[in-house]
Amino acid sequence: MTTIDTTAPVVRPAATVGVTGVRARLGRSLQRGGWFVAPFLLLYALFVLTPIARGLWLSLTDANITGEGTSFVGLDNYTEALGDPLVWSSLGHSAYFTLLVVPCITVLAFLLAMLAHHIQHAKWLWRLCFFAPFLLPSTVVGNMWRWMFNPDTGLMDHVFHLESAWLTQKSTAMTAVVIATLWWTVGFSFLLYLAALQNIPPHLYEAAALDGANAWHRALHITLPMLRNVTGLVVALQILASLQVFDQVVVMYEFGPGPEESTRTLVQYTLEQGFTSYRVGYASAISILFFLIIAAVAVGRMWLLRKREEAVR
Amino acid sequence: MSATAGIRRRWTPSQIALTTLGALVSAVMMAPILWTLFTSLKTETEAVAVPTHWLPEDWTLQAWRNIFETGNITNWFVNSVVVSVCVTFIVVLVSALAGYGFARTEFRGKKALLGLVMAGLMISPAVLGVPLFTTVQAMGMVDTYWGMILPQCAPAAMVYILYKFFQGIPKELEEAAFIDGAGRWRVFFTIVLPLSRPSLSAVGIFTFIASWNNFLWPYMVTNNPDLMTMPNGIATVMNSYGIQWAQLMAGGLMAGLPLVIVFIFFQRQIVAGVAHTGLAGQ
Repeated sequence: MTTIDTTAPVVRPAATVGVTGVRARLGRSLQRGGWFVAPFLLLYALFVLTPIARGLWLSLTDANITGEGTSFVGLDNYTEALGDPLVWSSLGHSAYFTLLVVPCITVLAFLLAMLAHHIQHAKWLWRLCFFAPFLLPSTVVGNMWRWMFNPDTGLMDHVFHLESAWLTQKSTAMTAVVIATLWWTVGFSFLLYLAALQNIPPHLYEAAALDGANAWHRALHITLPMLRNVTGLVVALQILASLQVFDQVVVMYEFGPGPEESTRTLVQYTLEQGFTSYRVGYASAISILFFLIIAAVAVGRMWLLRKREEAVR
Repeated sequence: MSATAGIRRRWTPSQIALTTLGALVSAVMMAPILWTLFTSLKTETEAVAVPTHWLPEDWTLQAWRNIFETGNITNWFVNSVVVSVCVTFIVVLVSALAGYGFARTEFRGKKALLGLVMAGLMISPAVLGVPLFTTVQAMGMVDTYWGMILPQCAPAAMVYILYKFFQGIPKELEEAAFIDGAGRWRVFFTIVLPLSRPSLSAVGIFTFIASWNNFLWPYMVTNNPDLMTMPNGIATVMNSYGIQWAQLMAGGLMAGLPLVIVFIFFQRQIVAGVAHTGLAGQ
């Protein structure tokens, strides 16, 4: 990659006849480059930029789902949201879920990748078994685990002899969702780790082995440092995805708030406000606040990356 | 490869231990899917019988027959196919064009536009669902195929991945064609696209998986049972009457199995694709 200089002019100056003609034509076609991005920009403007602008405007109004009789209310929605205990509790549930899922998935994905990388036989089989759950739709996963955790007739009860019904108790309700989610999505991060492991140049290990490093030392001083980037990526992607959790939770708790309202997530609360209470303006304000949280996470990651790059230099 | 592989593939004690561990973990990962399959092959009464048991005593396809005969499941399946195929086609075409445009052409405001697209990496229906819904509502596309398809067709992430990829193609290949008199579009379609097949299929596969499994957006944009996709119908309609567990599990398998079967056949490409699209975010 380093040999390609993307900022170089398309045609390098060469003293041959006819080059000026080519360059002129190139110049003209470059000006038309805008057409390449036009279809995407159209879709992007319609379905990303417009909703943002619309959301910003709606959040300042008392709009309902029909869009009739809307009036401007200033920052009222935002002050209400910041004082709404349900906003805070549902943000808390999403954050709690994220806090449980992210470290577990990162460690599990790493261990699974190490395992699959080091087994020499039937490599395709391990990849298939570890990754297959990721291919199922979220709602199917939700139903499967509702069935798995079903008291008396569920597999979890059958195998582990659970004392209680996990899905009906506040203390275990979110943990059940976390278990289902780990099972479902670990395969994706597993593949990222596996690809990163396969990208480590073998000569590093050979050199270390010649120097007398044992397997443990090689893992500690070569594998782990070489996986730093992918770990950062896995953690960042998982934080962003987990904060937006919705599908499997609502399916496992039948679109309700869970036992003692303990599993309502922020996305769920926003949609309830928008589509059940028809308070589109208020829901938009919560959406904008949520967007700011997501953006803060993304910007934080970029800042960390830049700092690390500077440290390397 | 062959000589060293022959040596390395011997069954050493550590290989036996690792493989046993791998088999155990695989059994744990597969257990819920097998449990689902066995449940779908029981009668409804046997499915909820206490104490529960793994294998059906009375193997039957009753649940499978019922979902085909009574529900809308075939409709949902067709809708899922239509929506995901359209989304995949549009996304691959549009993001390849845009990725190339950003990587290789110059036009006014390119830097600013690229920045705007990067900012969109953080937007999803989960974050801006309600305003997205009212936007689509204003366009009159609620309860339509287009309303389901088009909002899934502006993924900044795919543009970014292909943009990175096109930047890595040596420019000399294109220059030669320009000197032969080919235009931008011809170069794009006859030289650049064929070179990018692995990246394009990665984007395509990933988009298809995401779209086939998408629940949130179709859930917001349609209440019409005839228009629902598989994940949507299973979560809402099949859960709304008294739950028939065997049928619910059969429906779930029908929604999940196509991708699993595709995966078995195209494993290498899919693994490379997920790794490629994922790792591009580094």
